[in-house]
Amino acid sequence: MTNELIGVVFMFGITLLLSYPLGKYIAKFFNGEKTFTDFLNPFERFIYRISGIDPNEKMNWKQFLKAMLTINLLWLVYAFFLLIFQDKLPLNPDGNAAQSPDLAFNTAISFLVNCNLQHYSGETGLTYFTQLFVITFLQFVSAATGIAALAGVLNGLKEKTTENLGNFWTLFIKSITRLLLPLSIIAAVLLVFNGTPSSFDGKDTITTLQGDTVQVSRGPAAAMIAIKHIGTNGGGWFGANSAHPLENPNYFTNMLEMIIQVLLPMAMIFAFGFYIKRKKLARVIFGIMTIGMLCLLIPTIISEVYGNPALQKMGLLQPTGAMEGKEVRFGVVASGYWSTVTTIISTGSVNSMHDSFMPMSNLMQLLGMMINAFYGGCGVGILNYLIYIIIAVFISGLMVGRTPEFMGHKVEAREVKIAALVTLLSAFLVKGFTALAAYMVAHHPDIAWSVKPSAWLNNPSYHGFSEMLYEFTSANANNGSGMEGLGDNNIFWNITTGIVLLLARFIPIIGPVAIVGLLANKKHIPESPGTLRTDSWTFGMMTFAVIIVINALSFFPALALGPIAEYFSLK
Amino acid sequence: MKKNLLISLKLTLVLILLCSLLYPLLIAGIGKAAPNAGKGETVSINGKVVGYEKIGQKFADDKYFWGRPSAVDYNAAGSAGSNKGPSNPDYLKTVADRIDSFLVHNPGIKKEEIPAEMVTASGSGLDPDISPLSAMIQIKRIAMVRNIPEPTLKALVETHTEIPLAGMFGPSKVNVLKLNIALDNLQQKK
Repeated sequence: MTNELIGVVFMFGITLLLSYPLGKYIAKFFNGEKTFTDFLNPFERFIYRISGIDPNEKMNWKQFLKAMLTINLLWLVYAFFLLIFQDKLPLNPDGNAAQSPDLAFNTAISFLVNCNLQHYSGETGLTYFTQLFVITFLQFVSAATGIAALAGVLNGLKEKTTENLGNFWTLFIKSITRLLLPLSIIAAVLLVFNGTPSSFDGKDTITTLQGDTVQVSRGPAAAMIAIKHIGTNGGGWFGANSAHPLENPNYFTNMLEMIIQVLLPMAMIFAFGFYIKRKKLARVIFGIMTIGMLCLLIPTIISEVYGNPALQKMGLLQPTGAMEGKEVRFGVVASGYWSTVTTIISTGSVNSMHDSFMPMSNLMQLLGMMINAFYGGCGVGILNYLIYIIIAVFISGLMVGRTPEFMGHKVEAREVKIAALVTLLSAFLVKGFTALAAYMVAHHPDIAWSVKPSAWLNNPSYHGFSEMLYEFTSANANNGSGMEGLGDNNIFWNITTGIVLLLARFIPIIGPVAIVGLLANKKHIPESPGTLRTDSWTFGMMTFAVIIVINALSFFPALALGPIAEYFSLK
Repeated sequence: MKKNLLISLKLTLVLILLCSLLYPLLIAGIGKAAPNAGKGETVSINGKVVGYEKIGQKFADDKYFWGRPSAVDYNAAGSAGSNKGPSNPDYLKTVADRIDSFLVHNPGIKKEEIPAEMVTASGSGLDPDISPLSAMIQIKRIAMVRNIPEPTLKALVETHTEIPLAGMFGPSKVNVLKLNIALDNLQQKK
């Protein structure tokens, strides 16, 4: 077990070491300063020219959002049609069928919004063509959309008073050429040399040592698995995601995939500090996020190492911990670390099956996704945290009886209303739709959908409820992991989670962009001794308290019915 | 609006070319230099492929070391875990049955000695490994069936135990397929 713990500490340490200089680099290229990747300038100019982009155009927050939403809408249509016609397109050596329209609707949205909820299994649900031209493509552009949105917000925060959030197109393109693509190439090459397939050969049929005939799914997976983590996307090439021995062949690749998925979320926080020249604020935010992460990680590791109490009762010793749904080459500690990280940063890839985790760990996974701002997804993590800051500023302002201010701008009714709406939206979507699903299971178990509500749940009782709650929480957090026992490929889950995904992606991006757009337009008030200092640790703890209170109020009743009840029933 | 749409269309085409075509082709090209040209590493006996190194196989025969239970019966056309929750009564019944069956096939082993991973399904259903302890526990059975002295088998397991990465990170493990091939070879040499 010691080696397993050292492994996790090492992974975290390396990520931290790499993310700091990377953050500095990101701040530089956002700002147009000189970097070592400037040799890409002509290439980027070439892209601007053939796409008809004027790189010097300045955008206010409305123009910025319009550009972003237009291109996103186009991708949605493109992805949907490719998926429903994939059986007629090339690169389909396994002869896989087309996706049904409701599944294609769900898949297209899910990857567009950087969620990567998968209601299919990669081996049978997609072709190599759609894996690359829909899935891999969207994994790049959705991550870049998040990063560009963050860059726009930072532009608004940086200047004292401005209309200009920067140019969406150039920020977006540079996120790909300077960040996502180079990092993906490095990661993919490392994966390939550790055993992840990269060739276009289809399924292989072999006779095993014992004499069984089995098939082995393959494909050009390495390229996709790299960007799946770099861009905090999370959707797997194979059904079992990064638990699959070809998707994640050994402990080294496990470290690699773990490090690269936290790399950008962490680096973005440092970039934030460098870019708007408020390093102390970034440090405080990073500190609070790390405390939050540890609060979720430690109980998870303890309960997984301890093992399943029910198996203990049967007289089974579990020296390697709770191994159901986990792989021997990773062990329970690295699996527990992965499950925590993947839920807080909205990757949603898994190296072990969340449905078989202990109830305490399920609780931590759900909380991680509900809060959704401890590091958080590519770019959007800080945007979510910003919403909590605005609310914390507002509440602290009320407590001390001063007009709330943030970075030299008065926070007034309009901004607080937007922040409150964004926060309340999660509670509404998650609980509303979970209630609807539970209602269907209880009262209409035999509706003739392709999976009847009576067959949705893979586990009875509290755990079954957790499966439904998890699915909508994951959709709302744009996370994409799942308790995969849930029978979710049918019209109910495809449509409802599709709706949740769209709302929960774009409203939390539009909200902060609008808030910052509005703030940046206001007159700048110089800081004085009377100003509430948002970069102090006291204010950091205040934000932390706000996060806990909001999420406890929003979700405690639902959590009590699922993992908390299961926890006590297992004692 | 119209301007944005035009830019979107053209930019999308460029990026499809870059991210979905050139990038995977580059990786596939580099992959040609990887083991088995990036098609997945295979294991062969006398030139005949008997498996993929990283993909677990089903071993139900008493004369082989067993791997872990699998939710997909080790058919790598697909991959999945059992997705059973820790409190599910059906699941607990399944585990109890596996324990009983393990005890029947491994006389002289006590229930407390069975490592949990031998009676719980892996995440992928294709786990190629077991812990060294899980291999050791099966030595008694294999020694009996194959008529090989236990110390010889113990030495075999030890030589096939892969230590943690860099001697420090992560668990030790044994690749079941490679261990079983070595086991077959052991007997042929005799």
